[in-house]
Amino acid sequence: MIIMTNLLSPGKCYTPPRARPFLVRQTVSAPCEQTAATCAHQGHRTQSAAATTSEPSGGRGYSFELTDEQREYQDLARKFAREEIIPVASQYDKTGEYPFPILKKGWELGLMNTHIPADYGGMGLGIFDGCMITEELAYGCTGIQTAFEANNLAQVPVILAGNAEQKKKYLGRMTEELLLCSYGVTEPCAGSDVAGIKTKAVKKGDEYILNGQKMWITNGGHANRYFVLARTSDDPNMPAGKAFTGFIVDREWEGVTPGKKEWNMGQRASDTRGITFEDVRVPAENVLGTEGMGFKIAMGAFDKTRPTVAAGATGIAQRALDEATKYSLERKTMGKYIAEHQAVAFMLAEMAIMVETSRLLTQRSAWEIDQGRRNTYFASIAKAYAGDAANKCATDAVQIHGGNGFNSDYPVEKLMRDAKICQIYEGTAQIQRLIISRELLAKAKQTQW
Amino acid sequence: MWPIFDYGRFVSIISSSDVYGVVWMRSLAQLHKMANLRVLVGVKRVIDYAVKIRVKPDNSGVVTDGVKHSMNPFCEIAMEEAVRLKEKKLAKEIIAVSCGPAQAQETIRTALAMGADRGIHVEVTGKSIDGDNNQTGQMTAALLDWPQATFASEVTKENDHLKVVREIDGGLETVKVTLPAVITADLRLNEPRYATLPNIMKAKKKKIAKHKAADFGVDLTPTLEVVGVEDPPVRQAGQKVESTEELVAKLKDSGVV
Repeated sequence: MIIMTNLLSPGKCYTPPRARPFLVRQTVSAPCEQTAATCAHQGHRTQSAAATTSEPSGGRGYSFELTDEQREYQDLARKFAREEIIPVASQYDKTGEYPFPILKKGWELGLMNTHIPADYGGMGLGIFDGCMITEELAYGCTGIQTAFEANNLAQVPVILAGNAEQKKKYLGRMTEELLLCSYGVTEPCAGSDVAGIKTKAVKKGDEYILNGQKMWITNGGHANRYFVLARTSDDPNMPAGKAFTGFIVDREWEGVTPGKKEWNMGQRASDTRGITFEDVRVPAENVLGTEGMGFKIAMGAFDKTRPTVAAGATGIAQRALDEATKYSLERKTMGKYIAEHQAVAFMLAEMAIMVETSRLLTQRSAWEIDQGRRNTYFASIAKAYAGDAANKCATDAVQIHGGNGFNSDYPVEKLMRDAKICQIYEGTAQIQRLIISRELLAKAKQTQW
Repeated sequence: MWPIFDYGRFVSIISSSDVYGVVWMRSLAQLHKMANLRVLVGVKRVIDYAVKIRVKPDNSGVVTDGVKHSMNPFCEIAMEEAVRLKEKKLAKEIIAVSCGPAQAQETIRTALAMGADRGIHVEVTGKSIDGDNNQTGQMTAALLDWPQATFASEVTKENDHLKVVREIDGGLETVKVTLPAVITADLRLNEPRYATLPNIMKAKKKKIAKHKAADFGVDLTPTLEVVGVEDPPVRQAGQKVESTEELVAKLKDSGVV
């Protein structure tokens, strides 16, 4: 009896050529396992020891030099922003449609989920590299960039406090397919006052029953899972640092209801919604860290994500500067290009000062956390400054465009609308100042003068 | 001991303890030969295509200092085609080569990130911008005595040769070249992919061999001297005419017709 099979042994399969010009993500895991250990360090070592692959620079200590690899990441993100994001940004802004195609392309190129450690199939990039990529994407459109960024924000709690199974389950799946996740802390009645959130989780057996409402959750309508901060202590005198717990909640569970997409002033491509949790049963294994650790995890996450928010704001500021400069060299008034009038030239100079400063602050805060140090002081300074800078630069860009700036056919009015949220989300401008002053005064009290 | 059956295009070898296997016999020889193909892609570091070229004040050349450089877009297209050949299992190895200053290594790294297996850098000091001279491919073919297919807009393999559709002034021309051959890329050949972030990381581990022109016994003494480089003349304003008769009259007056 002759038995015939059609079995092609794996590895000898003939695979047809890919129709898409972009490489599919199967190449991710193998190389990262080999190189991740070195690559994450590469960035730090370069920044601190001033050693680059091209030439050794002068002294030890500070370096503003990027490694060759960082420059390539930057080039990739820059190219992607200019070729893929900018052409469609205005359309997504007008319709508010979720930019799935862009997210998919970005995911395929590895521009998303950059912080996932190599062990779980990610790139394991540091915050510095993440900021660099974010700034380039934000240059294209912050609405789209925020959709990318919300993923990172939601993953940081798992990276910080998740145990091995949680990391494998919730981070691993992000690199296998395009999945989105959200970070849910803010509520309709509590934004800055995180300690005042009312979502409750009551322990029942080996489950927690979750009830409450979250608001302004980015990617809320499309997320696969949420990081939810809920109050687990009934004692009103329990300090905030022990009263809250962080949970990973799956979108599919019964009782989880995302609300309608909110129509905001700017960053309209980004999806923000209210989420209602009604008697949601969360298994105990979905607690991040231990019960009571939630507040610390949430705050720890901000230290890692505030630099990237500042980077996004820097992207807006840079775009505003570029658009305004370009326009000022095209538009003539009273016989000269408006760039030749000092009033306008000085405005451009002010914008340039703000852009460079934003970037330096962002880089410093990112570098600090990559060194393993607490960067709260720098992260708050960067976020506070960059948010203000983005708003001022965008407003000035509209001003330089004159009447045209007010019109939707020109890109600057969108920048102005998009910039406003930079002073509000991830800690308002006022909260940042609170943090900075507290850090400053705490340090002063320790110094003997 | 067990019989081998030839079912036309494939042979199945069955044995009691070994794994079942299906082997494509008839095209195996060709497949083997094609799969051994190695592709050498020349990549050049040139002034970025988006930059406005400026002539140096002394007219000795073009300003290159501090100007953004990147891989020639046509080299990107060539790289993309090579990677596609490799994905179709028609090529086994892609080698990116660049002759230029130290910074040419960045361009080779980009090629590695796109999918080349290794790189060769021949250090040549001096100017390195693209003059659009359209000579390299043709000269290479002549020196190697290999067939050439230039301005390729489509490359397909057919048995043991390549069928190449070329863009020419009058339209399209299809030629058949035996291997090995030199192919130069035209704009419509493909759309180059982005190098993904993981590939950029992978590229760090790939080797770039460094050489000097002297290693190959090549004499680089220039046989051409650039006497001067100038901007093209500023475009003059045209004249508007009211009717066809007036147009013809003006053309006759200027001696053009």
